[in-house]
Amino acid sequence: MAERTVATRAQDRTPASREETRSQERYITPPVDIHETADGLVVKADLPGVSKEGLDVRVENNLLTIRGKAAHAAPGDPIYREYELVNFSRQFELNERVDQSKISADLKHGVLSLDLPKAEEAKPRKIDVKVS
Amino acid sequence: MAEWNPFADMEALRREIDRAFEGFGPGQAPSRRVAFLPGREPRKYPLINLLEDKDNFYVEALTPGVDPQSMNLTVTPNRLTLSGEKSNAGDIKPEAFHRNERASGKFVRTIDLPVEIDEAQIQAEYKNGLLIVTLPKGEKAKPKQISVKVA
Repeated sequence: MAERTVATRAQDRTPASREETRSQERYITPPVDIHETADGLVVKADLPGVSKEGLDVRVENNLLTIRGKAAHAAPGDPIYREYELVNFSRQFELNERVDQSKISADLKHGVLSLDLPKAEEAKPRKIDVKVS
Repeated sequence: MAEWNPFADMEALRREIDRAFEGFGPGQAPSRRVAFLPGREPRKYPLINLLEDKDNFYVEALTPGVDPQSMNLTVTPNRLTLSGEKSNAGDIKPEAFHRNERASGKFVRTIDLPVEIDEAQIQAEYKNGLLIVTLPKGEKAKPKQISVKVA
């Protein structure tokens, strides 16, 4: 799966790969929804078991990184398992049309919502035609 | 002695090779094993872990984005049913999506419990997208200590 694809013009450039150099810990790629609104992009990621303290969202060199430490919440000895909770990690490349200083994040019911507003110059504008 | 059948031998060999390579190759990523993705194909949802200590069973279910208010738990002495709905984000036009990996919809899952539980004292808690149901064991299922008399 292509990891850093926010459908932008940057797709044909190859971003500097970070995937190979990260630590040996195990990660899961969380499923995300990305949709566009008039003001920007909304990213939603399922991060079950991640608390606010365990969540790390950062933007660096146009790279949006979502990382979460997931922890089991139930006590006791496991007798039957269908899933493991290991750390989440996913990266997306942003382009200059996202206003990186205004990104906001919200975590609710294990779902992270990120608001990526469009930069002013990227918003659609109507151009008045003067009749001379 | 059984008749010699080369095809059966080949079939057995093929199965053995399949087993040896299980978990490798594309589409068989390790994440398959830990997958919690709600997914598009019909499969068990939510995924659960079952845990136990001396007095209780615990069911931990992966339910990110499920409104706790929409969840319903019903119970009989040895069966727990979870149902609810994972709502999608409302009316977003399909063409507005760049990526849509999180599925939504209604779900029902029934879990058979290994022993009888005390239905009256079940507790459920929702935290960070995980549902934790505490099921106290019934009196009959609790371990009992038997002291040995010395005659």
